[in-house]
This record gives sequence, structure tokens and C-alpha cells, in this order.
Amino acid sequence: MRRVGPFILERRRAPSRAVVIGVSVLAVLAALLIMAIIFAGYGVNPWHAYATIGKSTLGSRYGLMEILRRTIPLLLCGVGLVIAFRAQFWNIGAEGQLLAGAVAATGVALYSGIPGPWLLPAMFGAGFLAGAVWGIIPAFLKVKLRVNDVITTLMMNYIMIYIVDWLIHGPWKGPTMRGFAYTDIFPKAAWLPTLPLSRVHWPTLVIGVAAAILAALILNRTRLGYEIRVVGESEGAARYAGINFLRVSLAVMILSGGLAGLAGVGEVAGIHHRLLSPTQVSMGYGYTAIIVAWLARGSPGVAIVTSLFFGLIFAAGDVIKTVLRMPFQVTGVFNGLILFFLIGVEPLMYWRVRLLPKGERWTGKAGSSGS
Amino acid sequence: MDWQSWLIGIVGRALAFGTPLLWGTLGEIYAERAGVVNLGVEGMMVLGAFSAFAVAQSTGHPGLGILVAALVGGGAALIHAFLTVTLRANQYVSGLALTMFGLGLAGLLGRGWEGIPLKQPLPSVTVPGLSKIPLLGPMLFEDQSILTYIGLVLAVVLWLLLYRTRWGIVLRSVGESPATADALGVNVFLVRYLAVILGGVLAGVAGGYLSVEYRPSWTEGMTAGMGWIVIALTIFAGWDPLQAIWGSLFFGALYHLSYRLQAWLPPELLKLMPYAFAILVLAIAGLSGRRRGAPGALGVPYTRGEK
Repeated sequence: MRRVGPFILERRRAPSRAVVIGVSVLAVLAALLIMAIIFAGYGVNPWHAYATIGKSTLGSRYGLMEILRRTIPLLLCGVGLVIAFRAQFWNIGAEGQLLAGAVAATGVALYSGIPGPWLLPAMFGAGFLAGAVWGIIPAFLKVKLRVNDVITTLMMNYIMIYIVDWLIHGPWKGPTMRGFAYTDIFPKAAWLPTLPLSRVHWPTLVIGVAAAILAALILNRTRLGYEIRVVGESEGAARYAGINFLRVSLAVMILSGGLAGLAGVGEVAGIHHRLLSPTQVSMGYGYTAIIVAWLARGSPGVAIVTSLFFGLIFAAGDVIKTVLRMPFQVTGVFNGLILFFLIGVEPLMYWRVRLLPKGERWTGKAGSSGS
Repeated sequence: MDWQSWLIGIVGRALAFGTPLLWGTLGEIYAERAGVVNLGVEGMMVLGAFSAFAVAQSTGHPGLGILVAALVGGGAALIHAFLTVTLRANQYVSGLALTMFGLGLAGLLGRGWEGIPLKQPLPSVTVPGLSKIPLLGPMLFEDQSILTYIGLVLAVVLWLLLYRTRWGIVLRSVGESPATADALGVNVFLVRYLAVILGGVLAGVAGGYLSVEYRPSWTEGMTAGMGWIVIALTIFAGWDPLQAIWGSLFFGALYHLSYRLQAWLPPELLKLMPYAFAILVLAIAGLSGRRRGAPGALGVPYTRGEK
């Protein structure tokens, strides 16, 4: 307990759901406020900016569909990261795992010769596997050699980015693409169906929602989920309880990397229908998914909501670029700001502010602390 | 091409490319020695790179650009210090946020400056006399940046400061056991703030070096993951400023080789070399059981007098 002037601050153990939501919304609003200043600094009236963004995203069918399209990879990566973060595994590598999935799907689509109806399932299978492989390398290194997971997962991103670059400039460069760095277009059997007049490849969306539900079940209802939570609470306690740290870490990263891999399959099979420059395949979904997962606070179900929100941010980025003629990087600034505010307001959740009874308000030392 | 000019080229360019890595690593070593991981190096570097270029281009003074880059880097680090030291936020997330923010902001502000060559880059220096030494002369003393030499001297100074002075003991004790340091009357918060800000200043200079000296121009994302290599180098160097010199040189050589070997291997595969080596090097460090020198309280927020 601490006294500040006429107020008294009390520590609380677990903030209620309402407090968490309230404080999170506060963080988002604060970021929006700073963005308004940036808009103004850029010579764009902030009211006009937000009105335009609102109208072009939430206010039209096309806009809503664009939000959904952007939500799909964010949801899949975000759910995977929720699982990883629950085990205190710092997977910053969803970007690379997504690209690994895209590469595997491309390989299957163009070079496997698997017949029609089996092609898409095979692509999803290969994509999951590739993302999982890209994820378990850092898991092995972390558990066996105690190599920092943040660095390895990040380095794996860069490695995969250059592998994709190499593939599209070299061995997989499409002969029919006339000098452009693309692979050939996938056969029609490898195209995901989309909702009419949109780029929403709905099968991937269904997989994403199913993944969120499944992840919630795994985390809350299974032995693996229990072990993940214990490892996340305290590595020492996990060892004491006889939990196999390697097994849990591998399982977590297979799921986390695999889901990101599925997102990569969706992007190439649902939207581009070929493999192309890594920045065009992903646009930083894997990094933004970190915020999706952080905002979801360990709940895969909540990740559906938060990924929708960041789907909206991405769609807004397109509007900002095409209508307001400002660079897409605005979204990067906004993402950084939201994260700053989210962790900045976090301490607020653990303090309850109360006004002292009238008589005691101005007695005693201000700022004195008791226990 | 004979082996001598090869060697001269590789060592000379390794120094040049290792310079930003060295500055960045020295800064991160100090921040982590005080117990604060800052994953925002990439963001601070890129902000430094842009601000240095913008100032150098509009004033015509590259030195002023470097100075501003240092201030901008320090300012960015101040955000991290406030969030992690004062508000005790998660250091990883705060650093990631700083990187996202920095990359976004530099990309946003840098739009109009993209791809323009700098009018007046920082001049490179050739040390009179020393450059005449056979082999070593052209390798180390010809056509290098003044920032390369300052960086090397800085590494030695920071090493002396860390291991041979009272200040160094204070800094290390804050990273090792903040509660003990606090009990001995050290202002843990102040030390952590100063160390993190120093880290930002050095990262800012590292970025500035890239845009007004190494490649005198501005392109978005020109730091290309160097900030992350810096984080790996900090561990690889065992949080020791002198070791950072060898680490930076090694990775500088790798970056240079990724251009040099293009006649034999596809450039895209060569470019992934430094990143693959970063993992390899850390795995080797782990294999030999060397987590030498990791500060005891690294990554742990310090809470005064609470149970």
C-alpha cells in the first residue's frame, strides 16, 4: 500500500477481466491519439484521416472483406504465438515459419505431380510440416544448448527470407514469367476458393478459427496444456514436477511453427497463386502477430478478436497508402506505439486507486508508504 | 588476383563493415551489464541512420549528422529505459516495440529521402606513415573511417572502465545483484538509465555510420538485421568489450565475403551467411558450456524493497 497525497494505492493480485479490457482499450486509444498528431504533422487532417479509413474499411463490403483477408494470416500466426508465449518460448520467428510454409506449398503445387483433389490438402500438410521444422530448430537449440530463443527465431526469419529470394531468382524462377522474379502460376487445382468478389480464401479462415478453438482445448483441457502452463509459470517448478522440458518445447514449437506455416500456404494458394518476393508474401504478418498474441493475453479465443483488430489496421494501411497518399509504414509506427502503451499501462492493472476518507486526506506525510 | 590483395581487401572491409557492429555491440554490452536487455537495437540503429542522413544532407555537415544520430539513439533508448526500469515492463516486448516503432518511423519520415546520394559524406582517413607499412598498412590504415578508429579506442576505454574502475564495479554489481548494490547505496535506477541510454547513443552512431559513411545514402531497412546480429554478438563476446572487437571483425568479414564470393555462389544464399553463422556461433558457445559472464540479473526488473 502506498499513499500519494489524498489517494491510496493498493496492490491487487489478479486484475478483473473488465480492468484488463478497459486498460487495453485505453492503450489503443492512446496510440490512436499519437497517430492523430502524426497525421496532422503530415498535413492530413486527423478527423478526415480517421473518417476516410473508417468509411473505406468498416463502411463497405469490399473493405470488410479486406479486413477478413488480412485477419487470416494474423489469426493463424497469432494463435501459434499464444501457445508459444504461454510456455515462455519467445517465438519471434512466425515470419520465417510462414514463409517456410509458403515455400513448401509452392514446391508441392508446382513440382509434386499430386493429382487434383489431393493437391490442396497435400500443400497444407507440407506447409504445416515446413513451418514446424523451421520452429523446432530453435527449440532444440534452446533446450539442448541454452541458446537464446529470441535471437535464433529471428535469425531463422532472415535465413528463410533469403532462401525465398534465392528460389524465385534461381531454381524456381518461372520460365513463363519473362524475367520477373516469380515462380510460375500454380495449376488451378492448387488455388483456394474465395468468397465471391473478394480475396478471402475462406478455407484458411475456417482452419484459423478451428485452430483457435483447438488451441484453447489443448491449453485448458489436456495434459500437454497443463505442462505448457507449468513450464510457462516457472521452469524450475516444471523440472521439479518431472515435466520433460524438451518434449514440451518441441510440441509448442511444432504447433506454433506449423500454424504459421499454414498461414503461408493460405497466402500463396489463396491470394498470389505463386511464390514471389518475401515482402509481398508476408508484409510482416509474423511480427504483427506478436502483438496479436500479446493483446490476447494467453487466450487463443481472444486472439480471434485481436487478429480482427489488426486485420483492420492492415486494411487501414492500404487506405492510408492509396487514398491518403501516405506510406504504408504508418502501420509499423502504430503497431510499435500500441505495444509501448500496452506494456506501459500494464502496471495500472495491478494498482487500485482509492480516495482516503475525508478526515485523513491531508494528514500525515504525502507519499509516505506503509505495508 | 594474388592472395595479398585478397587479404588486404577482406581485413580492410571487415573493419569497415564491422564498425557499426562494434559500436552497437559495445552499447548493448553496457546496457546488459546493468541488467537490461534492449532488443530495440535495430530500431535505434535505423533511426540513427535516417536522422544522420537527413541532417548531413540538409546542413552539409556529416559530423553533425553523426551527433544527431547519437542523440536520437539515446532518446529512443530513453523510452525503453522508462518502460523497463521505471514501469518494470517486460524488456523483450519493450525492445521489440522499439524496433517496430523505429523501423516504421524511419520508413515513414524517410520516404522523400530515398535513394539520393549524400552530397558530403564523412571523409575517410589514411594514416600518414603507418599506411606505408607493407601489408598491414593498406590493410588497417588506408581509406578507413575515423569512426572505425574511435570505435576501437572506445572498446578499450569501455573495457578499462568496466574492469578497472569503481564505476565499472558499480555497473556490474547493478547487473549482477541489484538488491545488494542498492543496499550498498548505489542508485540502481540511475545506473540502469545511464547504461541503457549509452547503449542507444552508440547504436545511433552505428546507424549514422551506415548512412553518412559506409553507404552514403538512405534506403529503407538499410540496417538489414544488423541490430539483431549485435544482440547475438553481445552474447558471443561474453559481455566483454574487448571480445566485441573480434566478434565484429568476424561478422564484418562475413558480410564482406557475402559480396566477394558472388562469382561462385548465388548472392541470395551468400547473404544469409551472417545470420546462419550467428546461430552457429551461439550454438558453439552453448556447446562448450560458455555462458561466460552473463549478468546475474539480466532481464529481471528491479523492485525496491518489495517482497
